[in-house]
Amino acid sequence: MTPSLAIVLAIGVLFATGVYLLLERSLTRVLIGFILIGNGANLLFLVAGGRAGGAPIVGLTPVGEMSDPLVQAMVLTAIVITLGLTAFVLAMAYRSWQLHGHDEVQDDLEDRRVARIAATNEPAYDDSDAADNTSLDDEASTVRDETSRLGEDDRRHRDGKDHPKDHGTQPGRSGTTSGGDPS
Amino acid sequence: MSYSLQTLVPLPVMLPLFAAGLTLALWRFPRAQRIISVTTLVLMVLAAVGLLVAADDGPLVVNVGGWSAPVGINLVADRLSALMLVVSSVMLLAVLLYSLGQGIADGDEAAPVAIYHPTYLVLAAGVSNAFLSGDLFNLYVGFEVLLAASYVLLTLGGTGERIRAGAIYVVVGLVSSVVFLVAIALTYAAAGTVNLAQLAERMPDIEPSTRLILELLLLLAFGIKAAIFPLSAWLPDSYPTAPAPVTAVFAGLLTKVGVYAIIRTQTLLFPDGRVDTVLLVLALLTMIVGILGAVAQNDIKRLLSFTLVSHIGYMVFGIALATEAGMSAAIFYVVHHITVQTTLFLVVGLVERRGGSTSLDRLGGLARAAPGLAILFFVPAMNLAGIPPLSGFLGKVGLLEEGARQGTPLVWVLVVGSVVTSLLTLYAIVKAWNKAFWQTPPADLPPVRLPRAMVGPTTALVVLGVGITVVAGPLYSYSERAAATLMDGTSYVDAVFPGGALRGEGESDEGKKVDGSIDGDDAEPEEEPTTAPGSIVSPEPGDPRTPEPTSARTSVGSSTGTDDTGPGGAE
Repeated sequence: MTPSLAIVLAIGVLFATGVYLLLERSLTRVLIGFILIGNGANLLFLVAGGRAGGAPIVGLTPVGEMSDPLVQAMVLTAIVITLGLTAFVLAMAYRSWQLHGHDEVQDDLEDRRVARIAATNEPAYDDSDAADNTSLDDEASTVRDETSRLGEDDRRHRDGKDHPKDHGTQPGRSGTTSGGDPS
Repeated sequence: MSYSLQTLVPLPVMLPLFAAGLTLALWRFPRAQRIISVTTLVLMVLAAVGLLVAADDGPLVVNVGGWSAPVGINLVADRLSALMLVVSSVMLLAVLLYSLGQGIADGDEAAPVAIYHPTYLVLAAGVSNAFLSGDLFNLYVGFEVLLAASYVLLTLGGTGERIRAGAIYVVVGLVSSVVFLVAIALTYAAAGTVNLAQLAERMPDIEPSTRLILELLLLLAFGIKAAIFPLSAWLPDSYPTAPAPVTAVFAGLLTKVGVYAIIRTQTLLFPDGRVDTVLLVLALLTMIVGILGAVAQNDIKRLLSFTLVSHIGYMVFGIALATEAGMSAAIFYVVHHITVQTTLFLVVGLVERRGGSTSLDRLGGLARAAPGLAILFFVPAMNLAGIPPLSGFLGKVGLLEEGARQGTPLVWVLVVGSVVTSLLTLYAIVKAWNKAFWQTPPADLPPVRLPRAMVGPTTALVVLGVGITVVAGPLYSYSERAAATLMDGTSYVDAVFPGGALRGEGESDEGKKVDGSIDGDDAEPEEEPTTAPGSIVSPEPGDPRTPEPTSARTSVGSSTGTDDTGPGGAE
């Protein structure tokens, strides 16, 4: 059998645009990209099911002209899953917007630390005798995050809310680094 | 219906899924939620142990809904599945008890706790479904169920830090799901089935380059989930931000589900081992890069996340050796690693409570302040590093022995690499130990008493980890038998299609009536791929298909749909 050219083209376009959007920073665009690719995959299932045909099972079409119902069932399942995940990611994007004023996928903490070390050309190890023992979070928050509008935006959030165990219970430790503790 | 050993097979999926709905309905009653969750997981452990014993006499197969195998979805509990189920259900139970202890100690913050139990149970159901599934698409559904639950658990409470880490985790998860979905679509296009046993029969007939594409796509999808090196960058950044129990259960189980899926597909569908060299190289890189990351870390949770990535390399090493001995060492290592990694993350949760931080610069003096905690950390830590006679050592010895026996240059590099990784693990662990437990505390430790309800489950897991060493003989021979079942390439298929039949045991009466035409239907796609390489296999227009098997297919398909809306609704 030969798959319909229109469907194959549609799959190609959906995947291409989807991948392009997945590479964006904004979570909403990433989500749209995911939906597009997901639909491309669903169409791929239809191609996998073979020749188009009449409605299966109900008995309106002769057996030879039925379409394959199994792929339709699988596509249906995939659509339901995509729907649920879409709802979740939308909620997450909204929460991110609430907290940060944007919904962008932010840099990895490690990336930011590497960026800082690269910028200052420092050795990448910690000297335990050195006076300033900053934590990874502190270090990372001093580096410009590509996604944060204001430089201090990140630090404020982190110190304010995010680590109730780390900082909230011991406000003395979070801001100032505990100086000079040779081990 | 009659009850038999087969009745046990669907229980690890059914029980938590049902309980998830129940706990969601009872969200106003935290006490009822706790009782339901604990009872369910205890029952799940019992069912899994029953399966472990029963599966030793041969794989148990259940055709879901009575639809027989190639058209219906089937659940298969062979030795590997049963072993994974037992370990994971014990971990789920222990972590649940730990988190209940934490909840009691902290006073329940209303919002996250209400959703915690249903989500946790859905996660348990998803993990079980992935382990038991005898159908590639059902495996996908299992993955999606556990991933959706893990998204919710990781972003529990919705703080800024968790949303930041969760965004990365979720996007990576979504991409891996799409890759898996595409792989399934292509598999169906090439083989005309998604049933694992039937695929195993048809795969040899598919044109080799097409087969290689399918294999690589599936490996890519599972590799992201298992955090194999080039696909592992998401893990160390996302796991540490979650609450301690959630991190523990993720670290223990989620990556291992990926490893399980790799073992299953590599042994059952692609036994020809054409990507073994690639897997060996990836295993080496995973080990080395992962452990170098751990050495560089200064935060104990991140350090452990990197060791998690690194030790996935050992399992991939065992899989890539592609012999019974290698596979059994890998299976033993999976069991060991699930236990130890979960335990360590729980202990770190206690360390964070006691010392007020997870940064190694802010911790100190815990050995004197909390000697019990020090022991709880020390034992699994040494186990992770593979100090004899603990179980980590036994797993590694199994791998090294088989590697040395094969003795090709690349495998020798792997052997050296895994010894180096082991030493570097020890280095990283000792560094953490020195800083957190021995160095002078930078500030006075907060006067916190560790709640007994949290210490209890942790201690139990530490003891269990040591217990694996004690029962290592029987356990290792069980994993050897499991590997033997996996590698012989027939027991799985024979169990699903008894006596070389084209259909599994089931109650699809319609199917039996039209047996002849089904034979024709089933036999045809087997020939097709060889004549038209890589082409789409599907019934020809003139194919004498009967409506009955068609209706069987659809009913099964729609039951997949309802399967799925359950967790979706729970979420």
